[in-house]
Amino acid sequence: MTAQEVRLCGLLLQEHFGDVVEKVGTHLLRNGAQHLRAIVQETGTPMDLVKKSLCVLIQHGACAFSSGRKGPGSPVEYQASFERILRILRYPRYIYTAKTLYGDTGELIIEELLQRGHMTMSSTVKTVADRLTLNMEEGHSMEYSEVSNTFSKLVETHFLQRCPPVEVAGKAVSATPDPATTPGAPANNTTPSTPESFADCYKVPHVTLIGRGKRRNSSEDGEDQRNAKRAKEDPETHGDEGIYWQVNFERFHLHFRDQAIISAVANKLDQTSSEIVRTMLRMSEVTTPPIATCTQALSANEIFRSLPPNYNISRPILDQYLTLLVDDPMEFVGKSGDSGGGMYVVNLHRALANLARATLESVVQERFGSRSARIFRLLLRKRHLEQKQVEDFAMIPAKEAKDMLYTLLSENLVQLQEIPKTPDHAPSRTFYLYTVNQLPTARMLLQNCFKTVANLIERRLFETKESKRLLEKSQRIEAILASLQASGAEPEQLTEVEEMITPPEKQQLESLRHHINKLDSAENQVDETIFLLESYIKAMKRL
Amino acid sequence: MAGRGGRGRGRSNMTFSLENLGIGRGEALPPSSLQPSPLFPPMTFQPVPLQTGEEVEYMLALKQELRAATKNLPYYIRQSAARRDVLRYSDKYHRDEARDSIMDWRPDWSRLPNELCIKVRKSQKKVLPQLKGTKTTTSGKEEVLSKLEFLEKKEEIVNSEDEEDEEKKKTNEEEEQEQEEELDEEEVEEETDYIMSYFDNGEDFGVDSDDNMDEATY
Repeated sequence: MTAQEVRLCGLLLQEHFGDVVEKVGTHLLRNGAQHLRAIVQETGTPMDLVKKSLCVLIQHGACAFSSGRKGPGSPVEYQASFERILRILRYPRYIYTAKTLYGDTGELIIEELLQRGHMTMSSTVKTVADRLTLNMEEGHSMEYSEVSNTFSKLVETHFLQRCPPVEVAGKAVSATPDPATTPGAPANNTTPSTPESFADCYKVPHVTLIGRGKRRNSSEDGEDQRNAKRAKEDPETHGDEGIYWQVNFERFHLHFRDQAIISAVANKLDQTSSEIVRTMLRMSEVTTPPIATCTQALSANEIFRSLPPNYNISRPILDQYLTLLVDDPMEFVGKSGDSGGGMYVVNLHRALANLARATLESVVQERFGSRSARIFRLLLRKRHLEQKQVEDFAMIPAKEAKDMLYTLLSENLVQLQEIPKTPDHAPSRTFYLYTVNQLPTARMLLQNCFKTVANLIERRLFETKESKRLLEKSQRIEAILASLQASGAEPEQLTEVEEMITPPEKQQLESLRHHINKLDSAENQVDETIFLLESYIKAMKRL
Repeated sequence: MAGRGGRGRGRSNMTFSLENLGIGRGEALPPSSLQPSPLFPPMTFQPVPLQTGEEVEYMLALKQELRAATKNLPYYIRQSAARRDVLRYSDKYHRDEARDSIMDWRPDWSRLPNELCIKVRKSQKKVLPQLKGTKTTTSGKEEVLSKLEFLEKKEEIVNSEDEEDEEKKKTNEEEEQEQEEELDEEEVEEETDYIMSYFDNGEDFGVDSDDNMDEATY
């Protein structure tokens, strides 16, 4: 847990869950697994606030609890998960992907589940139907069955998964309808059980949900109060109590990875090649396990049959495209055999490595210029080079090459490797070679990204705090305007209220909004880089 | 000591050879800096402008909406404001406001460890000294009840029986709340002319909000 990671997590927790949860969360991140008393003592927060924060963190999957290390009698220990907290940065991307794949309904389902952590299917469907009904015209409302259909589709494609049942020593096993799913789990959970290890992970429960979304109008307030009271007194059961669903982040990440590969191919080659790669990836979606190095081998015949119908390229042209893809130095597609017109695979790990390499090269280029980038690429390709060789191969005059190399060395992007000729390491008789290691450099850049996002968030908070007074004033005026408009006021009154904000203040507000938009947008973009680098590092770890 | 007599023989005696690193003889080293590098050094290369486009704008809007929405969810925990030196009339109403948002969300206690279960007391009278006697008895009752429940829970492992406990707990809580409400009425009658039972203490306040924070009660 590096300092940058902890700082970033602290900022994210503070923005989304408040100061108390932030304190508890950062304490857990810094100090590993702790039990309740230790947390209360060391953070100095009152006991029930700590309990509430832990409940919130567990609800969102950011914290896990397990029985103590010292045996079944010791108190429950809590451990925060840094990765899960970092996912908060990526929520907009998940929601937008759901929108592109499953429309507004899918978007709202994912949004609700992300905001609430985990929910039962029935409550999700009801809430989403209500929200959709609000946006529809008068007299129309959303059927529960439509929303349930979209929910089932999301589960089928594994974008949603069930929360794993909870098993702590001495605790009741939660009620899943199929008791055979829980294998004989040991009393102390030393191995973290992934949700996928439970057989019913993607089974949609049989839920009786008949109805339509309710529209909440201001005139129905009295009725709603009575209805709400009644609903509280007799909760409706829909047959899926105790089955909670959460968003399956890994599946979204696979989708993002595929998207990245396809767009890289489109940029490097052309649209048709990217369509071919997209077809190949789509065909092997179900058959490829998430940790696979490359997809299952697909024959050219199969690819030809599965191409989208509006792409009517002939068979020999498809073969030419495939050959081109195989010969490309980026090695996205590889040939693994000749049967069936040629067996082709998409090299996932190699593609990720290439994408990470491109990211590193682009970082060097943007920070130090194209000639330094040339040196960097040279070192990546040739591994180890002496000072003189660098100057020769890069075709850069000696003095400037030296300067650039030292700048890169001071930024730790390039390392020096000593190779002694004699056992006493005498400096006059030692080779000094410059080298670049891709994996450690990627790790270092990832930490830089975390620091960047943390800085962006802090700057945004600073800007908001500076203009707090102005923001509050504008909010109040908006509220006054809204209430005036609702009660039907004359245009002169409205303009009078609007003029309460002076033009220089309006300008200030405008520039503040512009800055905050820029900072937010930058956060989203840095998160894309974080995703690439993280996927690359994870893929390399498995090798 | 070997180096003292070596003036003029070589520039310096270091562990590594300068020639190999590329600094030839007679070349000037860059001037040494005597202060820490500036906090915001001028950049030689300006950063690339941000991406724009429909997708980017949509995600930006999503991000800002999410941020605003999370502030209103029950998961946003605010520390209760520090008690001011003088008791104010509005304190009574502000206290109930804060508690309502927390009451909105009841997690599924079967998925959480037992120790995290919070039994909520609806109204606490911390100020009036008259009620100290009655308060301690009610809190004593709660302690006994919670102990009994804890023991009961320890014996039983099956989930259905846990549900029974929760129901009992709920009925117990309701009884206590009724008692405390009676106390409320008694004590407030001395201050104002209004009967507290006519006052909607905001329990239903958070439930029928117009936004999408409504969650099915368990």
